[in-house]
Amino acid sequence: MNALGSRLLAALAYPRAVDDFVELALPLHSTREVRARVVSVRRETHDVATLRLQPNASWRGHRAGQHVALTVELRGVRRTRCFSIASADSESTIAITVKARPEGAVTPWLVSGVLEGAIVTLSQATGDFVLPDVLPERLLFVSGGSGITPVMAMLRSLVLRGHRGKIAFLHYAHSKDDVIFAAELDALARRASPNLMIQVCTGRFTAPALLALLPDFERWDTWACAPEPFLDALTGAFAARGAEDRVRVERFSLAPTDPSLGSGEVTFVRSRRRADGHGPLLGIAEKAGLAPASGCRRGICRTCTRKKISGVTRDLRTGQLSTDADVDIQLCVSAPVGPVAIDL
Amino acid sequence: MEDPSMNPTTHLSAVELEAFGAELDDLLRRTKEDLGERDLRYIRRVVRVQRAFEVAGRALLFAGFLPPAWVLGTASLAIAKIIENMEVGHNILHGQYDFTNDPALSSSTYEWDIVCPASQWRHSHNFLHHTFTNVRGVDHDLGYRLLRIDDDQPWRKATLLQPLYAVALALFFQWGVAAHDVDMRHYLLRPRERSVEDRAKVRELWRKAWRQTLKDYVLFPLLAGPFALWALLGALVANSVRNVWAFSVIFCGHFPEGAATFEPDTLEGETRGAFYLRQIRGSANFEGPRLLHFMSGHLSHQIEHHMFPDVPAHRYPEMGHEVRQICARYGVPYNTGTLRAQLWSVAKKICRLALPPRREPHRAARASGAAERGARAVV
Repeated sequence: MNALGSRLLAALAYPRAVDDFVELALPLHSTREVRARVVSVRRETHDVATLRLQPNASWRGHRAGQHVALTVELRGVRRTRCFSIASADSESTIAITVKARPEGAVTPWLVSGVLEGAIVTLSQATGDFVLPDVLPERLLFVSGGSGITPVMAMLRSLVLRGHRGKIAFLHYAHSKDDVIFAAELDALARRASPNLMIQVCTGRFTAPALLALLPDFERWDTWACAPEPFLDALTGAFAARGAEDRVRVERFSLAPTDPSLGSGEVTFVRSRRRADGHGPLLGIAEKAGLAPASGCRRGICRTCTRKKISGVTRDLRTGQLSTDADVDIQLCVSAPVGPVAIDL
Repeated sequence: MEDPSMNPTTHLSAVELEAFGAELDDLLRRTKEDLGERDLRYIRRVVRVQRAFEVAGRALLFAGFLPPAWVLGTASLAIAKIIENMEVGHNILHGQYDFTNDPALSSSTYEWDIVCPASQWRHSHNFLHHTFTNVRGVDHDLGYRLLRIDDDQPWRKATLLQPLYAVALALFFQWGVAAHDVDMRHYLLRPRERSVEDRAKVRELWRKAWRQTLKDYVLFPLLAGPFALWALLGALVANSVRNVWAFSVIFCGHFPEGAATFEPDTLEGETRGAFYLRQIRGSANFEGPRLLHFMSGHLSHQIEHHMFPDVPAHRYPEMGHEVRQICARYGVPYNTGTLRAQLWSVAKKICRLALPPRREPHRAARASGAAERGARAVV
């Protein structure tokens, strides 16, 4: 009866979905996507803030260490960015801790707090940077800068569930003022639990420092999230002792793009082809032997609209740059600016 | 009769044409850079109003045995369908709100409340009509394969009855639009020549037609129980009102006297300036109060719409001021008038062209030499 009822409702609402009507009264409601209300935005440091999100019923929960794609509306445009979840996996709300990138289009605005009370869209949590079901004897968490968030989620989850095994938590920040979650880490350190060791350092990570802290570090199962050179140094130290299998890393990096570039390497993801080229992506695709649907070839009809998965493109009519990932672009009037990946 | 004053392309040199195009491109660029919050708020508000009318219309029709409820319900539903088709659906399908990245406003996934499937509309309208606007033999919107709307289209005996066809097309406009992408007459009369692609399109069309019919004429009436007939009649009248209104708006867009048609060779190596010029010369606006612009989905600004089809339509009035100034500076005619005047002009033309031509039009055009640069005034 229930299934029949929802089929009837769907037929009545066609070509809209029932949700399209329900969400007029209940903006958080959606059976199609995860929406969340921004409950609060709390400052952590001068350029970092934590957004606390209350997701709707579509949210399937997360495992500590996973990340989520957060979609917000900024000046009328939906923009999506990926963030690790910083809260423990058992909490009913989720926390995302964001560092404002000085040149960023989205992060400074997230940190500013104007989103408080707004409704945002989330992906389901994804990522395999997680703890195993059966926990190893010794757990080492290493992080640098804003890389602290996924390992903090792990630490918080373990503390909440009363884990009694050995945990070492090693965090590096630029300066004392840059330490995210400083008060919370301080409070945990002062608990003086013999199995929980928390060390916050400033400056650069070095292998000798790790050795000084944990002389037998190669015996610790390690989860690390930090900028690229940091991770290289860390995995190098483990490799030197033949223990590279102990380290699981989560990388975060943003390839900077030079907007003056007029060409780029284009990856057509679905058809698994690559091509170097300049000018309209449609031409590049066709030269690479692909035959995407197209029509007017001058930006009118939108037949060749495809998803840009990553990279920067320029609208050849207006010169506007499209920098976001996962947005629709028109192949016939978009040119690559540096490396681009297209869902084609 | 060729009126040289109606063919200003002759006095625009290639350099002037390029400057003309550059000015309009600049207007486009400035407008696109300004798109944002205001446009998103606007379309969301329109969608909310539209859904409110839709819900109110359906609810009132459940009480359709009461005459005021039936009249209000039918009117609400007609308004809902008009707004959905014109200011929301048509404009979203042009990609006007793609810049928002909101999947609910995406041209590639939106489906609208009319029989014609959005995918087929994108082909026949966005691609064929908007790219080849008023190019004879390519743009099937030039008379919808049914009407003789241009002197150069062939006259047949059946053309004599075309005022009647026009009335029928107005009443059943959504079906006319649906039978437009696949040439339905050819499809039905020549079953052996059906292509695989056309068969798939027609299947898709039937599916959509069935779902639209089921909703409007079966399910909602059934839910109205003993008042089913009133609900059904309400939906029928609402759909017809929408049909006649959409027909009127669209016919005023390209068919009033003064709107030019073009030879296929116009398209070869067409520059931005020449493209803009063809769109301006082939389109016509109509004027009126703000509500009229809104209810036409801003197709009252057909000229701006054809120049900038993927700019949110509520921007056309403000862009129109600049377009008019630019046109005036280059001596390009800008066809506008009241809705009534434009409709009257179209009606007269349909009746006039129902009669056999008095002379051979092709020869006349060549003799006058007015076909220069492809644009030809039809007077």
